[in-house]
Amino acid sequence: MENKGLTKVDLIFEKIDSKKVMVKAFAMSSAEIIQSMLDSGLKGRGGAGFPTGLKWKYTAAEKNPDKYIVCNADEGEPGTFKDREILDRVSNKVHGGMAIAGKAIGAKKGFVYLRGEYRYLLPKLMIELDSFHKMIHEIGFDFSIEYRMGSGAYICGEESALFESIEGKRGEPRNKPPYPTTSGVFEKPTSINNVETLVTAMMIIHHGAQNFIQYGTKDSRGSKVFSVSGDTPTPGIFELALGMTVQQFVNEFGDGDTKAVQVGGASGFCVPRKKFAETIIGFEGVPTGGSMKLFNSSRSMYNVLHNYLDFFTEESCGQCTPCRVGCQQLLKGVEKVKKGEAKSTYLTELVKLADTMKIAAKCGLGQSVGNAFKSIVGNFKEEIIY
Amino acid sequence: MYQIGNLVKELSDKHGHARESLMPILQAIVQKHNYLTDEAMVEVARELDISAAEVYGTASFYTFLDTQMKGKYVIRVCKTITCSMKGKGDIIQTLEEILKIKVGETTTDRQFSLIETNCIGWCHKAPAILINEMPYTELTPEKVNEIIKDYMHK
Repeated sequence: MENKGLTKVDLIFEKIDSKKVMVKAFAMSSAEIIQSMLDSGLKGRGGAGFPTGLKWKYTAAEKNPDKYIVCNADEGEPGTFKDREILDRVSNKVHGGMAIAGKAIGAKKGFVYLRGEYRYLLPKLMIELDSFHKMIHEIGFDFSIEYRMGSGAYICGEESALFESIEGKRGEPRNKPPYPTTSGVFEKPTSINNVETLVTAMMIIHHGAQNFIQYGTKDSRGSKVFSVSGDTPTPGIFELALGMTVQQFVNEFGDGDTKAVQVGGASGFCVPRKKFAETIIGFEGVPTGGSMKLFNSSRSMYNVLHNYLDFFTEESCGQCTPCRVGCQQLLKGVEKVKKGEAKSTYLTELVKLADTMKIAAKCGLGQSVGNAFKSIVGNFKEEIIY
Repeated sequence: MYQIGNLVKELSDKHGHARESLMPILQAIVQKHNYLTDEAMVEVARELDISAAEVYGTASFYTFLDTQMKGKYVIRVCKTITCSMKGKGDIIQTLEEILKIKVGETTTDRQFSLIETNCIGWCHKAPAILINEMPYTELTPEKVNEIIKDYMHK
């Protein structure tokens, strides 16, 4: 694969002796664990990309003795399925990462918030959790994990909505600040991390930060798991070093006729063919939680956009007006333009609406609807109009 | 309609009476009975000592906590982009033909409900559906036929 500019990595699914890593982590101080994360440059793998070391550092600095680790397994971004695969294949590393995070911030309790769509995994996860608990208690690690289920709400992947849901309420995002590191689940200091982030953290403890930074770029250290789908002969899960261009990605996964790649799911960006070569997949270019969808020239980008807007209209929690009404109006707006009921210049008004949503919406959902909207309308205007 | 009986009492004994117990209790009722009746929600409210409006408000937020009658097997067909591109339409058509219902409806014998849902995380094996909690992937109309026949004989 190297000749095409992609570097395959085997970190997340690598077979390891969990107990050995836990013994190593248990012998480290909180400050040492956090320093390893900072040295590795690891950024959150759920999509937002907040530096993991900083998140742990801030939560560790809180005086409240009751703190929590929350594993965000509410993987709902269209085109993402890596967390399901990780939980299915290496849940011991997810649990291990949580215990290590617990040691780092001073938490004795962790929650995994698993989306309802993945409930079929639960019986197996419960057995694995049981043996994990036994193993860490043998070492003398005082930490326990509880699973909480989602019930079909994309918005619960937003951290504060997820806390509300664990507390038994509607999954409506909270105002920030306060941030979770100060006031998270049950209003206690909380470090909430993505499934893959926690596994990566455990592997950084295992191999050392230096091993991790041999991959990636200055802004996007290491490797990550990509969920590849759409018009590709090889859909699936691939762990690759960060920093490749979309062109390199398409050379490997495209079907020879790739017109566009949607990087980061419905809330991400659409990269058209003419920008493949100049666009880097990572925090210096287009960030992604792993979702990579390829579209070939047989696909209508109007249908793609319509599908995403329909998704957001249904999944908006409805709490804030910019998002609730904005999503509906963007959807109605593109339908009108397509049917010829509105002039093509109306798209400019819709772009302004998307900009307003970015500024005025309460949480990441409403703020990122404009990413897909603007990049699809901007690059495939003729397909939206005609 | 179903009789809620002692289920709420059993569940609150298991999960506790705090507000955070609400979701696990509602989820367990739905796992057993496929949807929440008004009676069930009122009973949960009484057991947790919160208003029934709070229970309904929470339940109605989540698409998997149905407050409308649903069949024994709830079929959720993913309609998000990849499944949509890879033949979701044929899957829906096949299901509608076998079950003789439209999307959003329940069969008269209350065995099956057919609904569409957003991304269920199987884009690489599209098209995909969930029947209750079980995923079925890389579907074709033929495979759907076989799967539903199996459920009909369960």
